[in-house]
Amino acid sequence: MPTATKARAAKADALRVRRVRASDMANVIALDAHVTKLPKPDYWDDVFRRYGKQRLHERFFLVAENRADRTKPRLLGFIIGEVRVWEFGSTPCGWVFALSVDPEMRLHGAGNALLEAMSAEFKKAGVSKMRTMVARDARLPLLFFRSEGMMAGPYIQLEKDLD
Amino acid sequence: MRLQISTQLAIFAVLELAAREGQQLSVADIGEKYGVSSHHLAKVMHVMGRAGLVRSVRGAGGGYQFAGNARRTTLLDVVQLFEDANSVEQDGGAADATPEGQALRQVLSEIDDIARATLGSITIATMRKLVDRHATGNGRQSKAGRPRQRGSLAP
Ligand SMILES: CC(C)(COP(=O)(O)OP(=O)(O)OC[C@H]1O[C@@H](n2cnc3c(N)ncnc32)[C@H](O)[C@@H]1OP(=O)(O)O)[C@@H](O)C(=O)NCCC(=O)NCCS
Repeated sequence: MPTATKARAAKADALRVRRVRASDMANVIALDAHVTKLPKPDYWDDVFRRYGKQRLHERFFLVAENRADRTKPRLLGFIIGEVRVWEFGSTPCGWVFALSVDPEMRLHGAGNALLEAMSAEFKKAGVSKMRTMVARDARLPLLFFRSEGMMAGPYIQLEKDLD
Repeated sequence: MRLQISTQLAIFAVLELAAREGQQLSVADIGEKYGVSSHHLAKVMHVMGRAGLVRSVRGAGGGYQFAGNARRTTLLDVVQLFEDANSVEQDGGAADATPEGQALRQVLSEIDDIARATLGSITIATMRKLVDRHATGNGRQSKAGRPRQRGSLAP
């Protein structure tokens, strides 16, 4: 096998996506605080309770880790989604509402592996459409979701100042 | 949304060249597939050459090569070379100062913002994947639902 191919295969081998565990939460909270500059441990406790422990057939909180060093796997990122039924008059579909990869570990396929794992979970749950919502000026996630083949959906998000 | 012919040609040319990295195509090759004159296309290629998106290769069998990074160049990067990206800018007329003019501008800016976000989030590499989906008949947004008649350049 050529060296470059071998290196890629080893990298792919080291990358694993699995369901979140309680022991991941300190790393998830630290990653989120690092990325958003807004530590919110209470929020994450609540998210873990709801998406990491309940209704697991339709709620998915997945993490990607690098297991090159098996004794010390490193958290690369996480994704959270759920099957939502009949919202906005739509047939059931999978919603992704959080996706984050460690800034130092980006562009090595972790985001892609997380989204693919989520797609597989959604399919197993019986839905055939995956949706998400991204801020118009959030270039990185937009470029990423587009590269994954996502197109604009049939809904327009509206808002109003309540004054 | 409508793009000027030059802009569309620029996108088509980049898509063709990016599909064959390291190879070159002549303006005649590309022009034939899209039914446009080499003259028109040459002007478009000149603009893209100045922007560093394509490079010309001299000599017999010369032509153009893609010189950008298909995974980092977006449709907006190409479109902005040919179109005014701030098309709803005030034109200075008296109507701009009226509440009616401002309300209309607000609505049109909304459309522009969405168009910019769309064009700015789709790279040439992403477009190639979309092209391939249409070529295999899986392009969901395709009105005809079938790929168009293939030109001589089709892979
Ligand atoms: C979006 C994000 C999850 C992608 O994670 P990642 O691990 O870098 O993703 P991948 O390595 O799988 O990248 C896949 C593709 O995304 C696209 N992409 C990612 N970063 C890009 C960039 N800087 N420019 C252009 N395209 C980019 C590319 O097409 C890339 O494929 P390529 O490397 O073959 O070109 C990551 O950038 C991130 O966490 N960003 C911040 C997310 C955020 O703001 N979250 C809050 C809202 S939910």
